Amino acid sequence: MEENNNIAFPQSLLDEVKRITDMFPEGKQKSALLRVLHLAQSHWGYLSVDIMDYVARLLHLQPIEVYEVATFYSMYDTEKVGKVKLEVCRTGPCMIEGAERIISYIENKLGIKDGETTEDGIFTLKSVECLGACGYAPMLQAGEKFHEHLTEEKVDALIEEYRKKPVANYMGLENE
Amino acid sequence: MSRKLLLENAHIEGINTYDVYRKNGGYRSVEKALKSMSPDDILEEVKKSGLRGRGGAGFPTGMKWSFLAKPDGVPRHLVCNADESEPGTFKDRYLMEKIPHLLIEGMIVSSFALGANQSYIYIRGEYMYVLQILEKAIKEAYDNGWLGKNIQGSGFDFDLAVTPGAGAYICGEETALIESLEGNRGNPRMKPPFPAVKGLWQRPTVVNNVETIAAVVPIINDGGDEYAKIGIGRSTGTKLISASGNINKPGVYEIDLGLSVEEFIYGDDYCGGIKNGKKLKACVPGGSSVPILPHYLVCKTAEGNDRLMTYESLSEGGFETGSMLGSGGFIVYDEDQCIVRNTWNFARFYHHESCGQCSPCREGTGWMKKVLHNLEHGKGKQEDIDLLWDIQSKIEGNTICPLGDAAAWPVAAAIRHFREEFEWHVKEPSLSQEKSYGLVTEKQFETETA
Repeated sequence: MEENNNIAFPQSLLDEVKRITDMFPEGKQKSALLRVLHLAQSHWGYLSVDIMDYVARLLHLQPIEVYEVATFYSMYDTEKVGKVKLEVCRTGPCMIEGAERIISYIENKLGIKDGETTEDGIFTLKSVECLGACGYAPMLQAGEKFHEHLTEEKVDALIEEYRKKPVANYMGLENE
Repeated sequence: MSRKLLLENAHIEGINTYDVYRKNGGYRSVEKALKSMSPDDILEEVKKSGLRGRGGAGFPTGMKWSFLAKPDGVPRHLVCNADESEPGTFKDRYLMEKIPHLLIEGMIVSSFALGANQSYIYIRGEYMYVLQILEKAIKEAYDNGWLGKNIQGSGFDFDLAVTPGAGAYICGEETALIESLEGNRGNPRMKPPFPAVKGLWQRPTVVNNVETIAAVVPIINDGGDEYAKIGIGRSTGTKLISASGNINKPGVYEIDLGLSVEEFIYGDDYCGGIKNGKKLKACVPGGSSVPILPHYLVCKTAEGNDRLMTYESLSEGGFETGSMLGSGGFIVYDEDQCIVRNTWNFARFYHHESCGQCSPCREGTGWMKKVLHNLEHGKGKQEDIDLLWDIQSKIEGNTICPLGDAAAWPVAAAIRHFREEFEWHVKEPSLSQEKSYGLVTEKQFETETA
């Protein structure tokens, strides 16, 4: 396999990988994979094949072991997405409280459909399944932050805010 | 008002920090357990308490613990299931965010009882900010000698770590969770062997829900008998209920098991009644997987008994006229809500979340979603309703894990209780797009409806 040597975590993230793998007994370091993929996605924005290959080398896994995990879980993006992902919950209790209205409001406001990214590369809109905020519906998640009790005014304000500073914190890191 | 065993101190400023938590009686159960109790003593208290799994299945916790295999020289593990992803459920997030040390305290005592020296909290990836709250609290617990080597001079060594998922409802199923914790896709395992014999890394493992583990703290502090005094029959103690939908006061409530459903929905201390003065149409009392109840079976059972918030009362009448306490995800629907749309929404959820291993679930959830989509969007036929019934009946019981059942039950219950609303969608496709069918009429339950 050809290696892309331009891809590497900075030392601070290598230290974090060490801290994560140390949580598991000797020989069970594969358990760190999900979290290391979150780190990689947080650092690079999405998981390209080159990035997944790098993670495989880092954890002494076969590339396929990384690909199959990266494609199973809904939080990983294997294609480029916007700097700020607006993930709107669409399940039961959020639907009752108007999630569909919020999704179309964002679609119209940003001129994109569910699953698409704005031309300036700032926003991706994605409807997702239950995020565990049913009592505070409707809601969306941006980075790791939950925005709850959404109204059109609140959506306007948070889009404005992210436009000024297109950074959504995720895993305590800034995704730039 | 119900008493609070878990959330008593949740409102105290700074309770998420070690110092405040400790000042308010935190870690007493660890002191008591390590100083004056043997692992078997703890198991005995948990058995006496009658505590049942709070994640949904309601299996007696003491019995689950007693199944744990203890072969010589093989490490054992406790894994906390913090994957909370059952639609309608958000209680574990609340508990971990507000009072993270309670879960850590429960993990220490429970792991001591099980002989586990290394345990994990597996939290859903979307709760990444809660993971950070937990990691901060875990660090404080290490710094104060409650985790690590020789805890409080007891000779008990114990390490605790938290590890995230990455978006998969299926990882709430315990064997899928274990697969995920091992760094794999979340495909559930065939059972047996059960995790109690071969779990994490093929070692004996107990998987318990966040709330179950937290409940061990008051059980050890006050004794299993005290805990068992709360509740009715085999439903003992308190339960966290996540209330959502068309109610005045959605949120997380800690209730005494045995509270009446009517009091819970209409009482000012709880949900405070239906929003905007509307009428109750239906209720899903235990998370999206459990059967939906029509308004006339919510506060009273088919036998005319008061419906109570207990495992037994909520399931009185079986699936014909009852439901389940499940995870305590309590979703309330008013008269304007469309049952067909809600059923389609849930079917889409289960299709999205099926891991794809078993054909009845992988294919069946997709078909249910499509048929329900047609019915909801005015393109349904009368025979679609029977087709839907047929599909769900072929999923239930035919899959490795309970996700198949969880997908089938809501569809079956919706047809069973709301068939006239489904038929109206076929007969009046344009009307059904515009307005709600409203309340359904009361039925006699002598025979299966389909």
